[in-house]
Amino acid sequence: MGGRTTAGLAGRAGQSGEHDKGATLANRQAEIVLSLQGITKRFGPLVANDGLDLTLHRGEILALLGENGAGKTTLMNILFGHYVQDEGSVRVADQILPPGSPGAALAAGVGMVHQHFALAENLSGLDNIRLGTEPLMRLGASRAARRKIERIIAESGLEVDLDRRVAALTVGEKQRVEILKALYRDVRVLILDEPTAVLTPQEAEGLFTVLRRLAANGLGVIFISHKLGEVLAVSHRIAVLRAGRKAGELLTAQADRRAIADLMVGKAVAEVRRSAPTPGKALVEFRKVSLARGVARAPLTDASFTLRRGEIVGIAGVSGNGQAAIAALLSGLAVPSSGQVLLDGTPITSANPRALVAAGVARMPEDRQHDGVVGTMSIADNIALEEVRGKPFARFGLLDRKAMRARANAAIAAYDIRCPGSDTEARLLSGGNAQKLILARVLEREPRLILANQPTRGLDIGAQSEIHRRLIAARDRGAAVLVISEDLDELFALADRLLVVHAGQVSDAGPSAALDRGSVGLLMAGQSITAPLGVPA
Amino acid sequence: MSFRLEPRTHTSLRLKLAVSLLAALVALLVVAVPVLLAGGNPFSAYGLIVQGAFGSPFALSETLNRATPLILTGLAAAVAFRARLWNIGAEGQLYIGALAAVLVGSGLLAIPAPLLIPAVMIAGFLAGGLMMVVPTILKQRFGADEVVITLLLNFVVILFVQLLIEGPLKDPLAMGWPQSVPLLAEARFDKLVPRLRMHWGLVVGLAAALLLWLMVRKTVLGFEIKAVGENQAAARFAGIPVHRTMLKVALMSGGLAGLAGVGEVAGVKFYLSSDLSPGFGYSGIVVAMLAGLSPIGTVFAALFVAAVFVGADSMSRATGISNYLADLVVALSLLCVLVGSFFLRFRVRYQRPALVGGR
Repeated sequence: MGGRTTAGLAGRAGQSGEHDKGATLANRQAEIVLSLQGITKRFGPLVANDGLDLTLHRGEILALLGENGAGKTTLMNILFGHYVQDEGSVRVADQILPPGSPGAALAAGVGMVHQHFALAENLSGLDNIRLGTEPLMRLGASRAARRKIERIIAESGLEVDLDRRVAALTVGEKQRVEILKALYRDVRVLILDEPTAVLTPQEAEGLFTVLRRLAANGLGVIFISHKLGEVLAVSHRIAVLRAGRKAGELLTAQADRRAIADLMVGKAVAEVRRSAPTPGKALVEFRKVSLARGVARAPLTDASFTLRRGEIVGIAGVSGNGQAAIAALLSGLAVPSSGQVLLDGTPITSANPRALVAAGVARMPEDRQHDGVVGTMSIADNIALEEVRGKPFARFGLLDRKAMRARANAAIAAYDIRCPGSDTEARLLSGGNAQKLILARVLEREPRLILANQPTRGLDIGAQSEIHRRLIAARDRGAAVLVISEDLDELFALADRLLVVHAGQVSDAGPSAALDRGSVGLLMAGQSITAPLGVPA
Repeated sequence: MSFRLEPRTHTSLRLKLAVSLLAALVALLVVAVPVLLAGGNPFSAYGLIVQGAFGSPFALSETLNRATPLILTGLAAAVAFRARLWNIGAEGQLYIGALAAVLVGSGLLAIPAPLLIPAVMIAGFLAGGLMMVVPTILKQRFGADEVVITLLLNFVVILFVQLLIEGPLKDPLAMGWPQSVPLLAEARFDKLVPRLRMHWGLVVGLAAALLLWLMVRKTVLGFEIKAVGENQAAARFAGIPVHRTMLKVALMSGGLAGLAGVGEVAGVKFYLSSDLSPGFGYSGIVVAMLAGLSPIGTVFAALFVAAVFVGADSMSRATGISNYLADLVVALSLLCVLVGSFFLRFRVRYQRPALVGGR
């Protein structure tokens, strides 16, 4: 099996000049540590993986790109033994893994860092790393483990205080503990699922440095991501999945954004263009607003900012710095502990989502599966969810199912929600289609204010640009749009003006056109809140 | 050889019915073992159960009579469980409903005769409902667990009822038996058929099932209850008043259990005693689970459970096999249905032995 070269696998997306680069890579990475062959997995009529082949070499960083529903998660679940493939085999080093055995995958040296960390918050970093590998109570083992972990830290640069409780660590440090946990088990293959979603650009850069160093030491890394910029920055090779198949595979050195984006969606992606904003009167005003911790995950302190009609304002920040509080206030889930939130001059005094909806506020929740849809209810029900009491969905307390279905069918057509029909349960929708459902629900009323919290997180580029287009169209119609996002690319593409949150403080960074990623990144990290960089005084 | 489980994306009605029937069949097969051990013939024992439950107008009436409170307590559990409100207190709510019926309908209050039956029913419904509303408020305010509260309240209520029927409510004409003063004749439910015990409470139960079914299927309230039960966070985000909806559910659930108590007092016994219910409240949970929390299904599940108990009594008299067999059949049916519901959610996949190669 080892005879194949990377160049030979580069696939149909390869370009001229591929051979030279491929050859040098092939020399360095001759040994194949992981090979998936002909993986096919069906869920009833749905083919999640369709004859997928994937190879990973020693010392290689392979980026796995693809929209939600493209089959990345299914493929990784098969690799891990959580699912049993219908056809095909998983080979780690020289060993074919028995299907459906997570234990075998772990034993063969496959490690995974999930997007949501699996750490025991009340234990130290050291104990978390050992947890599951060995009994924590064994005498003397702790010292040997510490020596081993310290060696790994020295080799990889994954600096972390091993004795601190995990609860006291930053998100970036927690992620390092997760990676150390995998490395401690002597993995040959490390899979990272969207690792940068919770990091600042600077932290992400640090992670990339670590990954490069780990790869140089011979680790094979699979890097799952939606963000093209970082995929191009960190990977050696890119495999693009689309609709369960491999849409293409190419060497990063020869790839460019357009080519990858086209591969992901299978058609040329229209660049979303944004004309200059024509902001009108102020619509939303935050006046020294504070919200205590408890209502939201992190408090908000004395936040003051204005949102005008006809402009898109982006809120940048590392997650957990007060975004949830702003969203809760504008979603009608909370009222300020002090200060005022004015909507069109009137203060919001009660936490009442219905009143806000009636006042023309469109709300897209951060966690669409958790807060946005009721998974076991139909698409029609979910589209009616916010307005089920009024016309046209109900009369005298009785539901008008026909009206609900009609609205749903119109939305399915207008927003291109891919589903068998309006009776389909919402849990069966992919992330992008669930988000389109929510978009259809909230945009139908021509809202004055749109709160878009992580509007495209986890979505493919096609759905992303569709949602961006709709938000920009709403702005051009005169709506005020507030976009909260962890994706700086998205904020720069969408926002006319940027706010940055850090530790509950909001600072106005000014027009996005006058900003660069670096200065926003510094603001996100809490530096010079008072004198934003990159803004002319 | 090994088996794997995978979640199903869709469950057809046919599969649901097939699994239910299979579950009942398996339960009967398993119960055949203790019947054999007791020296009986399973076939004739089951035959006698069926005959004892449905074999004569009298048997049928007894079965329906037994099913009446079970329909109502079953609906009480079903409506609450659909909203993920765990009401384990139907037994206590039944007794409180019965107590309210006695207080209102025994002449202690001057109520015009034609209004007595509605007054008795409303009082029983509200009293039972209140018994569930209070724990729900405690849950919402303080995070108190409603399972613990409602379960323990059952004992409190029954002791309270005993206190009353030994004291202020004791019937002086009952020759010292601990029972309450009887209901006025005008407050009693009529018999459905002369000389048979079944009464209008059965119609109340069937009507309640129908109304609940309509509520679930057709009304905004049913829609909101479903949303709150299935995903409270999304319901709250969408502006559905979660707490208020839960309180409505609590009122309905407790109220239905209270009505079960009214039915037993107004339709069967005419007075309140501490042996009014042989655990109808708890059996209601079994009934609701057997029915998959469906209002219409609850009627059939209640009939099944009632038939097994009534039939087993008669079978026991004929064969000498203990009527505890009824408990066995019902308990095993529930277990089988629960196991069956697992297979409704998951698909079992068989896979060949894995090849471990490359050695």
